[in-house]
Amino acid sequence: MDYGKIKKINRLLESKEISCAELTQKYLGAIDKENPSLNAYIKTTPETAMETARRVDKKIASGEKLMPLEGVPMTLKDNISTTGIETTCCSKILSGYRPIYDATVWNILKKRNAVLLGKCNMDEFAMGSTCRTSCYGGARNPHDTSRVPGGSSGGAAAAVSGNIAAYALGSDTGGSIRQPASFCGIVGFKPTYGAVSRYGLIAFASSLDQIGPLTTSVEDAAIIYDAIAQYDKMDSTSSGMAKPAYASLNNDIKGKKIGVAKEYLDGVREDIKAEFEKSLKVFESMGAEIVHLSMPSIKYSLPVYYILACAEASSNLGRYDGIRYGYKTLTYADRNDMICKTRSEGFGTEVKRRVLLGTYVLSAGYYDAFYKKAQNLRGTIVRAFESSFAQCDFMAAPTVPMTAFPMDYTPDNPVETYLTDLCTVPVNIAGLPAVSVPCGLGSDNMPVGVQVIGRKFSEPLILNAAYKFEQAACAFKPVETGVKL
Amino acid sequence: MNYELVCGLETHVELATKTKIFCSCTTQFGGEPNTHCCPICIGLPGTLPKLNRAVVEYAVMAGLATNCEISAVSKMDRKNYVYPDLPKAYQISQYDMPLCKNGYVELSDGRKIRLTRIHIEEDAGKLVHQHGDTFIDYNRGGVPLIEIVSEPDIRSIDEAVEYMQKLQMIMRYIGVSDCKMQEGSLRCDVNVSVRPKGSDKLGTRTEIKNMNSFSHMTKALKYETERQIDILESGEKVVQETRRYNETTGCTEGMRGKEDADDYRYFREPDLVTISVPEETVNKIKAKMPEPYQQRLDRFINEYGLPEKDAQMLVERRRIADYFEAAAKGTKKPRTAANCITGQIFARLGSDDEKNDFDVKVTPENLNALIKLFDSGKIRMNLLKATLEKMLDTGRPAADFISEKDLAGIDAEALEKVCEKAVAANQGAVADYKNGKEKALKALLGAVMKETRGRANPQEAEKMLISLIK
Repeated sequence: MDYGKIKKINRLLESKEISCAELTQKYLGAIDKENPSLNAYIKTTPETAMETARRVDKKIASGEKLMPLEGVPMTLKDNISTTGIETTCCSKILSGYRPIYDATVWNILKKRNAVLLGKCNMDEFAMGSTCRTSCYGGARNPHDTSRVPGGSSGGAAAAVSGNIAAYALGSDTGGSIRQPASFCGIVGFKPTYGAVSRYGLIAFASSLDQIGPLTTSVEDAAIIYDAIAQYDKMDSTSSGMAKPAYASLNNDIKGKKIGVAKEYLDGVREDIKAEFEKSLKVFESMGAEIVHLSMPSIKYSLPVYYILACAEASSNLGRYDGIRYGYKTLTYADRNDMICKTRSEGFGTEVKRRVLLGTYVLSAGYYDAFYKKAQNLRGTIVRAFESSFAQCDFMAAPTVPMTAFPMDYTPDNPVETYLTDLCTVPVNIAGLPAVSVPCGLGSDNMPVGVQVIGRKFSEPLILNAAYKFEQAACAFKPVETGVKL
Repeated sequence: MNYELVCGLETHVELATKTKIFCSCTTQFGGEPNTHCCPICIGLPGTLPKLNRAVVEYAVMAGLATNCEISAVSKMDRKNYVYPDLPKAYQISQYDMPLCKNGYVELSDGRKIRLTRIHIEEDAGKLVHQHGDTFIDYNRGGVPLIEIVSEPDIRSIDEAVEYMQKLQMIMRYIGVSDCKMQEGSLRCDVNVSVRPKGSDKLGTRTEIKNMNSFSHMTKALKYETERQIDILESGEKVVQETRRYNETTGCTEGMRGKEDADDYRYFREPDLVTISVPEETVNKIKAKMPEPYQQRLDRFINEYGLPEKDAQMLVERRRIADYFEAAAKGTKKPRTAANCITGQIFARLGSDDEKNDFDVKVTPENLNALIKLFDSGKIRMNLLKATLEKMLDTGRPAADFISEKDLAGIDAEALEKVCEKAVAANQGAVADYKNGKEKALKALLGAVMKETRGRANPQEAEKMLISLIK
């Protein structure tokens, strides 16, 4: 089955069945129609989109061949910096902030004439699993608009799933690409830490953040990955070790060993478990072999993640003081009062909670008990993955322990929402690549995803496995609204 | 009771790299506010730091010049605090793994002041108070600094000053900083405590922040030492706190107590990777470093036969020492070149800053050529001096000012004529000489030299004059 959009659009444009301007208009029209119910976009950029489209059309008219991503209408999560286009992380504190430079990923895509339709909704500063912490109100799930799309790249997932963008770039700190992809029934891919430049990605937790694509097919994810996974001298943590994945997609996975750690299934809902078991059968039917593993340290992932991520966030978010850019309180007594009021009014509850938690765990007297211990456990988790990969080629796990929950769902406490990250955070802690692919539907008829997790820089292998799975499982369930190609 | 000062210094030295520590903006001092800035050094959201290799190299040089061990592996950390001149709300610094450690600086009496560590970090911007408002200039933000932390080994105010001067000299000499206190490229925080002489226990200390001149440092230390002694004498206890020096009153004032001390929440900077400086790199840097100060000083005295004071004046600034060596190369008496520099050239460089910059129009090669003319006897000292003045004014070579005639010298016949003329015109001097005033001959000789524009050989002229008078 061909679920992808990128190659199809390339074909349509080159064969002149549709002009890029017409295609872009179509997407912009669909956004106008669908966005009021999805709230996937917080801002559209029709002028720049049409400008790019006309440039692409000129190129086609002159008979030039298009690059794979050229002329493809897409979107970016609102934490990816775009020159002149407001970039807010869906936080009031960055309202009105227009970057004066481009994120490296956007710079790459811009050069390839990617058609940017607008910026997408997200949890404020990527802190959340529902998209509801956005200062623009939550986005909705195209499969059922009474449910959340997940988060934090919720708007990006909703736009791609709802066919009002061919693909999106999001960011994944603890599951923020894979979790909404799973909730919205699409592909979400978090590359190895260091494979894609973070320059221009507004930081949440610097040692965990990674940019990656949200797409309707593994093929599209591989095409985008091959384009954006480049060494960048502006990002010291970018490695230059990334290998292109597209060429390996169709390799045979016969005889490959798939590790399944039983701890990944703790706390996973029964219907999700059933879908996961079915997925393993699909892999087996292609000649792969299941290896049962145990990784007891996985259970520390959540506390380790929340300590480290909050600690880094408390530092990263210190710069929003109203002095240089973004929101500034209207009335204040003096400098300290101004900074205090700006931050009190500019940040939402979840962000404040995490900044306070992060400040606390780094404080003198608590540092050893929290931050240092979490750092040590991070090492333990890294080693646990290493020994697991000594026994298998890649691992499989459910992406989320549940399906998308209702918009009005109110957890008893914040920790309950944090539990949705149970299966996604371990790879961020270890810096590994993982891709979530649709694998079926839950008892509530909502999409369920399965994750393929690999060693560092084994993108060609895990995308190959995900591609083969996607082809064999035929579990992708497209939404009927939006642009039909 | 007799008290003893116990003092340790935290010295900040701005490194003279061309670009900032984490971006490619210039480090030049001054400039219109916020013109030496980019998205990285003003910490715009999403930007990432990129460590400038030259900063690590310069800091390693500073470490080697102060006898430090260089860490093969070190890392950067974030020091979190909120102040408007710090645009990221954290300073990227080094906490528990500094680049250099366990060094020392030797004072003139041979005492060693131990250095705990030298680490690299970024400078902050500057608040400017103007027209009743506060503005921020981020030009200095991201300029590389090293912080040199000494052990509490200093025992007197004089030692503190000598230590700072020595650091200043070393850093200038190896060329890692211009160390201009008035521009803030050298500044220090002083930790001060006093104790009864003979005691080996440390007293409670206070920290005086941001000393930016030697005279302020001297005054602040004097005041603070007396203040602490007074407290102890009256039977009370010194409170551990951070103090500032008030230039107007000459006093130190409390800023904040121990309980108000900032909790900097240090943690590893996740945006930067580990800094590794393998031995091989250290050796490469060593090879690039200038000859150590003391060694060069000894060489100037022994090899060039310079008096110690002159040698010191030249070696103190590497640029001048290099200039001297180039100017003296192949000359008969290196002292001639030394005298030209410490005499005529220094006379034109009033301030220390001007000496540091050593912006001299005459190239060392041109000075060398001039001195060689003197060596060969073609010109005399007074013509050398006069020519050097003209060269210093214009930057042109000696040949432009010395004619063929000058170089040709003067024959015996011509000399006799000039001497006769001098004797005839200075009968008073002649009479004095005859009356036993030997010095009177100098006046006659002067007249001869003036007439010949210095071309005459003074010994020959003197002989000639004496024979004429007799």
